[in-house]
Amino acid sequence: MEESLRNSVFELRDVDIFYGSNKAVREVNLDIPEKKITAFIGPSGCGKSTILRCLNRLNDLISSFKIKGSVTYHGQNLYAKDIDPVEVRKRIGMVFQRPNPFPKTIYDNVAYGARVNGYKKDLDELVETSLRRAVLWDEVKDKLGESGFSLSGGQQQRLCIARTIAAQPEVVLMDEPCSALDPISTIKIEELMQELKENYTIVIVTHNMQQATRVADMTAFFNAEAVGKGSKVGYLVEFDETDKIFSNPSQQSTEDYVSGRFG
Amino acid sequence: MVVSTIGSLKKKSSSPRIILGSVMTGLSGLCMIVTLIPLIAVLFFVLVQGFSRINIDLFTQLPPPPGLDEGGLANAIIGTLVVVGIAVILAVPIGVLAAVYLSEFSHGNKFATSIRFATNVLSGVPSIIAGIFAFGLLVSSGIVGFSAIAGGVSLAVLMLPTIIRTTDEALKIVPQEIRWAALGVGAYNYQTVVQIVLPAALPGIVTGVTLAIARAAGETAPLIFTALFSNFWPNVSAQGLAEPIATLSVLVYNFAILPFKPQQELAWAGSLILVFLVLSTSILARLATRRKLY
Amino acid sequence: MTQSDSSNTDNLMTGGRSPLEKTLDNGFKWLTFAFALSIGLILISVAIIIAVGAFPAIKQFNFGFFTNSNWNPVTDEYGVIAVVYGTIVSSLIALIIAIPLGVGAAVFLSEDFIPDQIRTVLVFLVELLAAIPSVVYGLWGIFVLIPITTVFGTWLHGNFGWFPLFSSEPAGPGMLPAGIVLSIMVLPIIIAISRDSLASLPPDLRQASLGLGATRWETIFRVLIPAAISGIMGGVMLALGRAMGETMAATMIIGNSNRLSISILDPANTIASLIANQFAEASGLQISALMYAGLVLMLLTLIVNILAEYIVNQVKAKYE
Repeated sequence: MEESLRNSVFELRDVDIFYGSNKAVREVNLDIPEKKITAFIGPSGCGKSTILRCLNRLNDLISSFKIKGSVTYHGQNLYAKDIDPVEVRKRIGMVFQRPNPFPKTIYDNVAYGARVNGYKKDLDELVETSLRRAVLWDEVKDKLGESGFSLSGGQQQRLCIARTIAAQPEVVLMDEPCSALDPISTIKIEELMQELKENYTIVIVTHNMQQATRVADMTAFFNAEAVGKGSKVGYLVEFDETDKIFSNPSQQSTEDYVSGRFG
Repeated sequence: MVVSTIGSLKKKSSSPRIILGSVMTGLSGLCMIVTLIPLIAVLFFVLVQGFSRINIDLFTQLPPPPGLDEGGLANAIIGTLVVVGIAVILAVPIGVLAAVYLSEFSHGNKFATSIRFATNVLSGVPSIIAGIFAFGLLVSSGIVGFSAIAGGVSLAVLMLPTIIRTTDEALKIVPQEIRWAALGVGAYNYQTVVQIVLPAALPGIVTGVTLAIARAAGETAPLIFTALFSNFWPNVSAQGLAEPIATLSVLVYNFAILPFKPQQELAWAGSLILVFLVLSTSILARLATRRKLY
Repeated sequence: MTQSDSSNTDNLMTGGRSPLEKTLDNGFKWLTFAFALSIGLILISVAIIIAVGAFPAIKQFNFGFFTNSNWNPVTDEYGVIAVVYGTIVSSLIALIIAIPLGVGAAVFLSEDFIPDQIRTVLVFLVELLAAIPSVVYGLWGIFVLIPITTVFGTWLHGNFGWFPLFSSEPAGPGMLPAGIVLSIMVLPIIIAISRDSLASLPPDLRQASLGLGATRWETIFRVLIPAAISGIMGGVMLALGRAMGETMAATMIIGNSNRLSISILDPANTIASLIANQFAEASGLQISALMYAGLVLMLLTLIVNILAEYIVNQVKAKYE
């Protein structure tokens, strides 16, 4: 595989994920390339969000969560005992499914990550740069003191992206960032992602296959299969360049899914 | 093309952020412990001081006159039962049916909103105000005088908000389908409510009423100048309800400030009975609701 | 056959049952309505009865009631400034102790520091704290707490006697032990409501903050507590209302002195304990003056409680 020649940010090896005694995801092997957009697609319950959240250890918040195998980030095992999850999340930012601004002003929302991380330089400048990068500056520059809730849904999501960028991460994870937005806001966010990939590695989970074809360089297709009574386990079917996944996949189930002939 | 700027992700246990976090976790745990110290101290002293005085006499004898030993607080136990009984007879039907109106018939109209608001306000009324109310309504107006009835009325006012709220909530949990099913086979509203909805909500209602009773049994302030106190057996007749009557809580108050040891011991014993009552009802209520949850 | 036809139409109109049942059905609805209405009537009549009882005193003293610090049944001269002061100061002492403890404990209970089972037990114990009758706290206060606060108060006076609040020798009963007992009694309210408001925050907020590299406590201090602050404030207001109206524990511990004193080591009095102390043996204008005081107490707690209710509802509306 020529993929392994690229610089990988994340390397997942034989990753199994459990919630309590239920296995949610099995045997995932995946290398996520640097400064590209990688999309996770697949039917619901296939574990794509679960995998995404284990990249910045946000699954730690669920007490029954367990992981086997290894997830390395630039060669460092994220789940090693001496790894500080706070440090991990600082480097690997996340944008969530629904916009979730803090009940604070627009300015304070953006400045939050920098403040908790002890940012020493000019905060005003950082806020402005981050909002500009999130293509929100022109819309909010006159009302930075207003609550983040005063913005529309699409603006709130861009505010959340600005907030993530302002924390100066190396990677941005996006968990269905457009699923709660209207088409115009969605397009704005997709354009934004294209600009961001100059500086950041982006991993996005999406339900929307058109979105994957529009934005992603690489696409991973996950599927789920039933095990026992009513429980499902997710697994990685295929991971390749987006064009190949959508035009000439090597697996039949991928082809069925991307062509809409699923189930 | 080796990645250059990637620093270590390892924990730095000396970092001020991590130390501050551990200190704060410790402090919040300390807050929890300090909060529970009074509970343990109160339970400990009530148990130790009260237990030595638990005997048959306690439940069968009258309180001793000042200076004398022994005796019991049987009249106060009976009195508490009588006064709380009156309060229950008044408050339970009013409270449960008012809640039935709020949850079943009001359809969330403005009137219901204001009654719910009134219920909340009533629950914030200091207990001593309920006492003044019963005094003004029944005693100073000359209707019954200082009596078990006046005491019962003041306790009923205090019980009402609890009963209404818990019943209202218990009724809300009853699935809508049950009502539709009953109405669908042609039952009248009152039949649906009385035969189907109330029985379904019964565990929640009983829990609320029990907690309200336990709370009322410990109330003292409104009884001091409505039921007053008595050193004698209550009169076994309707007339007895219109006379002053002893209650456990007022006995604890009266005897706690007397300089005589036997009386103080009785105050501790009375407290033990009250605390036991509250403790057992709280645990029972907890078990009843737990069964529903799982 | 015509007979059965007519009874068929009848069926559609009445459900084929006796008119009695229909009356019963309507009657039942009206009964529940009447009882619901009676709750409002009770609340109003509480206010009216106390206002009527207080009327002679209101006529006699008017607003002078609030500037006079004397309460003298012998000369029939009554003023509430000393007891209003006592009510407010004892409640403030209670809040100063209870707010940090309560919010700290609420955070402890709302985070996953401990396994669920232990948390359930702790929550139950906090509920018990609220369930213990106030007269039992009073008894415990007299025999256990006052000896302790007297020692502590003597030390305070000895070392910080220059400070007005500690300027007197502790006499046993007083403002300080009363404030402490009140703090114990309002703690469960603060804990329960703070915990509820923290728990009802959307989990997204916490994830967003952690996702930006904040630690758990940075998240608590910078995001969760600010977001829950109005709920916590509502709980504090409810606690204030409860502390101001609390009677027995205060009566038994505060010393029932109507003299106005700045030192919290001195005996004092609250409106509620004044009423509890004097009502049973009062007569004439004194009863009326006590009712006037009761009216003041009712208004104070009413304002505080309505404010609390308003704040708490405001918060509920925000996230629903």
